[in-house]
Amino acid sequence: MISIEDLSQISQTEREAKDAIPHQINVCVAASCLSLQSDKVKEALEKEVEARGKKDCCKVRGVGCLGLCAAGPLVAVEKEKVLYHGVTPADAPDIVDALGAGPVARIQGNLDAPFFARQQKIVLENCGRIDPERIEEYIAADGYLALVDTLTAMTPIGVVQQVTRSGLRGRGGAGYPTGLKWATVNKSQGTKKYVICNGDEGDPGAFMDRAVLESDPHRILEGMALAGYAVGAQQGFVYVRAEYPLAIKRLKLAIRQAERMGLLGASIGGTTFSFSVDLRLGAGAFVCGEETALIASVEGGRGTPRPRPPYPAESGLWGYPTLINNVETLANIPTILRNGPEWFAKIGTAKSRGTKVFALAGAITNTGLIEVPMGMPLREIIFDIGGGVPDGKAFKAVQTGGPSGGCIPESGLDMPCDYESLAKLGSIMGSGGMIVMDETSSMVDVAKFFMEFCMDESCGKCVPCRVGTAQMHELLRQISAGEATARELALLEHLCDVVKSTSLCGLGQSAPNPVLSTLHYFRDEYESKIAAGEAAAAGHAAAHAAPAGGAA
Amino acid sequence: MSSRPSAKPAAPAPSSKVKTLTIDDRLVSAREDESILDAARDNGIQIPTLCNLDGLTPVGACRLCMVEVKGSSRLFASCVTMVGEGMEVVTDSERLQKYRKTIVELLFSERNHVCAVCVSNGHCELQNLAQTLGVTHLTVPYRNPKLPVDASHERFVNDHNRCVLCQRCVRVCGEVEGAHTWDINGRGIGARVITDLNQPWGSSETCTGCGKCVQVCPTGALTEKGKSVREMSKRTRFLPYLTMMREDRSE
Repeated sequence: MISIEDLSQISQTEREAKDAIPHQINVCVAASCLSLQSDKVKEALEKEVEARGKKDCCKVRGVGCLGLCAAGPLVAVEKEKVLYHGVTPADAPDIVDALGAGPVARIQGNLDAPFFARQQKIVLENCGRIDPERIEEYIAADGYLALVDTLTAMTPIGVVQQVTRSGLRGRGGAGYPTGLKWATVNKSQGTKKYVICNGDEGDPGAFMDRAVLESDPHRILEGMALAGYAVGAQQGFVYVRAEYPLAIKRLKLAIRQAERMGLLGASIGGTTFSFSVDLRLGAGAFVCGEETALIASVEGGRGTPRPRPPYPAESGLWGYPTLINNVETLANIPTILRNGPEWFAKIGTAKSRGTKVFALAGAITNTGLIEVPMGMPLREIIFDIGGGVPDGKAFKAVQTGGPSGGCIPESGLDMPCDYESLAKLGSIMGSGGMIVMDETSSMVDVAKFFMEFCMDESCGKCVPCRVGTAQMHELLRQISAGEATARELALLEHLCDVVKSTSLCGLGQSAPNPVLSTLHYFRDEYESKIAAGEAAAAGHAAAHAAPAGGAA
Repeated sequence: MSSRPSAKPAAPAPSSKVKTLTIDDRLVSAREDESILDAARDNGIQIPTLCNLDGLTPVGACRLCMVEVKGSSRLFASCVTMVGEGMEVVTDSERLQKYRKTIVELLFSERNHVCAVCVSNGHCELQNLAQTLGVTHLTVPYRNPKLPVDASHERFVNDHNRCVLCQRCVRVCGEVEGAHTWDINGRGIGARVITDLNQPWGSSETCTGCGKCVQVCPTGALTEKGKSVREMSKRTRFLPYLTMMREDRSE
């Protein structure tokens, strides 16, 4: 049985081994850098180190996401605090030469830049620092300490109270108080209970959960085990989309490692608490991120939502009380229990505590993954951390919350980025995707793009979402092509209202949001398209009328 | 699809309490495990429905039975919302009428519902809804999809052009007949009812040929062969009877 002493023993051995080697070269091997062949860079560096007989004083490690995906592949030299960007295998000799002799200026990144300096990391604290494929490194970073400590020192309801006091809210998008959800499942009656980690990240441009699962999988397992203890569940499922093969591979490995060490499975830490985790792979349906559809999918059925209530907290997986939390929510848990809820509650704003991970994408210089305290103004996120819009183009809008969210124009950029403020702007926090658009983007086309996404991803169960999204997409196509008149625009607005108010699940209820927010802030763009359509229609009518007039 | 016991208990639990609520300004009482829809119908208040059918698990798919509940800006599908003490329900308002009409319009626009040449003309629930709700024409454009007709079964026809995806056939086959021949394939606007693993109905190995799906189908999608225009009328009365007899036996 693993104990606190065992954990600190592992941690000490690991740290000593690390300290014995003066130079650590960390190569990012998360999906984004891997797609730029960072594995080849790692190989080249390893060969170079070996060829020079520097194996005793230099170690090359694969680590998780370093954040600045735009400039990949990224390599960090740990103790010297040097970051190299855009590294190719040919740079390997120079990097090894430079160890202890000053960095290679040609490919050196600026770690003092706001992109790095302005972030505050809780969820991503281990990303880019530890090898995601070794449990020892997670333990050396105080991993599993919270779990083993909590199991022996706290009651389940005590854990729930800690989470409640931290003020953590669901990071999947809606911002439901996590402590309240845990308390509900804790109090629900059931002979069995389940914990599900929702890793079905599907918003276009969002890759926060992927990065966490690929860079620090043990954090999720620890969070799930703590959740299991708090609510009284012995079985957990991680629902990951099959499009994330690397995350799946690392999760599988992490589960096996944790089981071997007795950190998952029967009698964890010598207590009576048992908890196992299994993986379930999504088959590519966006709607399976909706909790009732996700449950149907885990059960082996067709992934379609069902009406709530009953909520999963009361009757979820196979009818048992089920706790469903997003990846990022669960990733916060170990740190909250390690550092205490008061520490966590000091970060962020009064109603939105803690930090939020955002995936910056679109027309932005520093495409990548960031974590900032809640309440940071959007302007700071986009222009200081994100480096603004590239190629000297002007900023037009930022889309948050994916297909359920909205577009925020320049005038909304000074609002603090928290759940309430984004809702006031007609968007939502969502899971953390942030797509920046420059002056060349047509907002009608943006709305059309998201509507096409919702139309394709609608499960087809309820009428307004199934047919309404298809009709709205056709109307947006006509407007975008300059074929529509004021009548089509009015119909579009009417359908937005119907689909929003009558759809069965969140997908349909929020599908009109991109249209509504672009109509609110960029109505002139719709109207100029309509004017073109009216002119064409008038011209058409005149052309028809002309021969008749000529004959008379 | 999985049937959920929690959605609608087959028999009233002995401990179920009685609630008093207001529906359209009328005080009514109902068991706590009854839906708003059932409570309304018990009191002669009609709420339009399409996917709902007595004897089948409600799924809340057609969204026509949505009602307003005082104190909430959200609308509730009355077939899957249980009654509550002191609830104030409004089943008919300008807003609800507007939404219901649009939903029926969306259904008509989705596929090729040409009543004049339909065997179910005059006996069709979709047609009835359109008449009741005053849908005289469509404001949304017709999509005119090209859809197949499966006439491979010796006694029945499946015409996708008339299907509204209410899932009654799927539910009656799975829940009552126990064959689970029907299911849904594809998603969104491309969803279709299928038999077995999307093979012709006539070659289905699970279909018992009982015809329950045909009788519960609200439109002319599933019909008997040999019927001409207006000749296909459905008999759904067997369903409450079957359900009642099964409940009796289980007690």
